Amino acid sequence: MSSWAGTFAVVSKDVRSEWRTRYAVNSLLMFVVTAVSIILFALRSADPASDLLAGMLWVVIFFTAMSGMSRVFVSEEERGTTLTLQLVATPTVVYFGKLLFNSVLILFLSLIISLMFQLLFQEFSIKSYAVYVISLMLGSLGFSAASTIIAAIIAKTRSRGTLYAVLLFPLLIIPLMAGMSSTIKALEGSPFGEALPDFQVLAAYLMVMVAGSSLLFDYVWKE
Amino acid sequence: MKHFELIVQDLGKHFNRRSIFRGLTFSLALGDSLAITGKNGSGKSTLSRILAGVLSPSSGFVQYSSEGSAIQEERMKDAVGFVSPYLNLYDEFTATENLFLLSMIRTNQNSLETRVDDVLRRVGLWERRNDQVGIYSSGMKQRLKYAFALLHTPPMLILDEPTSNLDNDGVKLVKDIVRAQKKIGILVIATNDSREVRWCEKKIVLNVGL
Amino acid sequence: MKVVKYSSIVLVTFVIIAGIAIPTVREPQGLFEFPMIPGLGQKSRNIFFHVPVAWTTVVAFLVSMFYGYRYVRTKNMDYDIKSVSSAGLGFLFCFLATVTGAVWAKFNWGDYWNWDPRETSIFILLLIYGAYFALRSALENEEARARLSAVYSMVAGLTVPFFIFVMPRMMAGLHPGAAGDVEGKGPVLELKMSSNMLFVFLVALLGFNLLYVWMLDLRVRAGKIEYQRIKQQTS
Repeated sequence: MSSWAGTFAVVSKDVRSEWRTRYAVNSLLMFVVTAVSIILFALRSADPASDLLAGMLWVVIFFTAMSGMSRVFVSEEERGTTLTLQLVATPTVVYFGKLLFNSVLILFLSLIISLMFQLLFQEFSIKSYAVYVISLMLGSLGFSAASTIIAAIIAKTRSRGTLYAVLLFPLLIIPLMAGMSSTIKALEGSPFGEALPDFQVLAAYLMVMVAGSSLLFDYVWKE
Repeated sequence: MKHFELIVQDLGKHFNRRSIFRGLTFSLALGDSLAITGKNGSGKSTLSRILAGVLSPSSGFVQYSSEGSAIQEERMKDAVGFVSPYLNLYDEFTATENLFLLSMIRTNQNSLETRVDDVLRRVGLWERRNDQVGIYSSGMKQRLKYAFALLHTPPMLILDEPTSNLDNDGVKLVKDIVRAQKKIGILVIATNDSREVRWCEKKIVLNVGL
Repeated sequence: MKVVKYSSIVLVTFVIIAGIAIPTVREPQGLFEFPMIPGLGQKSRNIFFHVPVAWTTVVAFLVSMFYGYRYVRTKNMDYDIKSVSSAGLGFLFCFLATVTGAVWAKFNWGDYWNWDPRETSIFILLLIYGAYFALRSALENEEARARLSAVYSMVAGLTVPFFIFVMPRMMAGLHPGAAGDVEGKGPVLELKMSSNMLFVFLVALLGFNLLYVWMLDLRVRAGKIEYQRIKQQTS
C-alpha cells in the first residue's frame, strides 16, 4: 500500500530533521546521562540490590519518555508546520510515522540507559538475557505507544509540558509495573516461563494501545 | 483528475458558539474561478482552509468529485494546492529538500527530481534552492509556498492572500500562475484586494448581514 | 425521572439504616442479623458503601466514554455535556471510593494506604479523572475541548480493563480477591454473604446507581440550559 511509503517518508523527514538539528543527541542523551548520574550519586553509599536497580532503570526510561516523546508533535506545532503536514498526509500516515519514529527513539535511548546501568552498577548483572531483552523492548514500545497519542492530544494546548506528564502518567503504570517485574526476573536469572505473564501483559497493552490510538488519531488530527 | 468538481452544500462554521458563516452552497468545475472577500476577521481564511480540506465545517459538507463520484481521502491530498500566510515550511531544510521530503510523504512518485527543479525555476528560486529556508526573506518563502502548491499540478488551487510579502516581480508571477490555473483547473482566492478579486469570475462576500 | 429520584433517596436511606443498625453475629438467625465474615467483623458494613460507590465510579467513567464517542461521531454538543457531567460525578464517586477504602484499610489492615493493586487502581482512576479535567481547562475552543477530552477518555479507558482484571491477578495484595488470598475471590464473588446481607448489598448497589442517574440528569439539564444561555448571549 502506498500509505506505507508515506509513513516511511514521514519517519525519514523526522530523522533528517533530527540529523540537522541534533536535538535528540544533545538534549535527550544529556538528560539520560544526568538522570543516571543522579541515581548513581544517590545510591553511592548504599549497596543496591537488583530489584531496586531494576526499578531505577525503569524510572529513568519513564522520565526519558516523559521528556522526549512529545517532540514529534509539539515541534510541528511550534514551527507552524502542522498545516503543511495536514496537506500532504492522511491521519493514518502521520500517526504511524510518528509512532515509528518515537519507537526507534525510545528503543535507542533505553539501550543507552541499559548499557549505562550495566557499566556503572555491579549488582546490575543480567542473568537471563532473553528475558531482559524482551522485557526492555516490549516495555519501551508500550511507553512509545501511549506517549505518541498523548503527545498528539496536548500539542495544541497551552502549558503542554505539564499537561503531557499529567495525562501520560496514569497510562504508563501498567507497562511500568510489568516491565519492572520482568526485568527483576531477568536480573535474578528466572526461567522464561516465569516472565511469560508479564510479557503477555506488555504485549496485550502494546497491541491495545496501538490499535486504539490508530483509530482515535483521526479525531485528534482533523480539526 | 478528470472532470474534477468542487461541491459545497449548506456549509457552516462556528467557533465557540459564534457563527462565522452558514448556509453556503455552490459548486465549481474546471475553468471556474472564485474570489472570497469580506472584512478582516470575516472568515475568509477559515473558509479557504475548509475548502482545502484541513478544517472541518460545523455543518454541511465539502466534496471533491472526479467523473461524478466522490474522491477518497487518500487522493484528496493530490487534488489541492494551498497557499496561505499560516502555512510554514521547514526552516532547517533547503528549498529542494523541503519539496522532495514533502512530496515523498504525499505520493511516492518517480521522476521527482526534474519536477522539483522545474517548479523552483518557475517561481524564481532556482539560484537559492540549496539555501536553508530559515534564511529566506518572507518574499522568498511566499514563492516557495507556490512551488510547494504547484509541484503536484493540482486541479484546484486555493490562495489565501495570494500576493502577501511579494514584490512586483512576485505579483507578476502570481498573475501568471492564476492565468494558467484558470485555463486548466479551479481557482479560489481569499483576499481583500479589489484587483485580485477581479481576477475571478465568481465572488462570495462574507460577513454581510450576520 | 421523579421515580428515579425518589426511589434512590428511599433506597440509599434504607441502606444507611440497615447497613449500620443490623448487628453481626456468628450464627445469624432470621432477617435482622448478619453473619460474621472472617477477618472483617463489624467492618464488613463498609461493603454496603465502598463497593457500590467504587462500582458507580467505573460505570460513570464508561458512560462518559460512551458519550465522548457519540460526540466525536456526531459533533453534537449535547453529548459533550453528558460526557463531562458523568465525568464530574465519576470523579466525586471515585474520591468517595478512595476515602471509604482508605478508612476501611486503616481499620482492617492498619494503614490508610498500602499500594495494594485495588487501591492503586482506584488511585490511578482518580488521576485519570483529574487529567481529564486538566485537559479540558487547557482548551478554550469548545470544539477542541470536547473532541480531545473525548479521545483522552477513550485512550485512558483502554487501560481500565488492565487495572480491573490484570493487576489484581498479577500482584499479591490485601484486598479480598488478590493473588494469594486464601479465602478465594472475596466476599462479593464467593457469595459469603447471607441472603439478607446480600439483599441489603444489592439494594445499595441499585440505590447508588439510581442516585448517580438522578444526579447525572440534573447536571445534564443544568448544562444544557447554561449552554443555551451563553449561545443566546453571544449570537
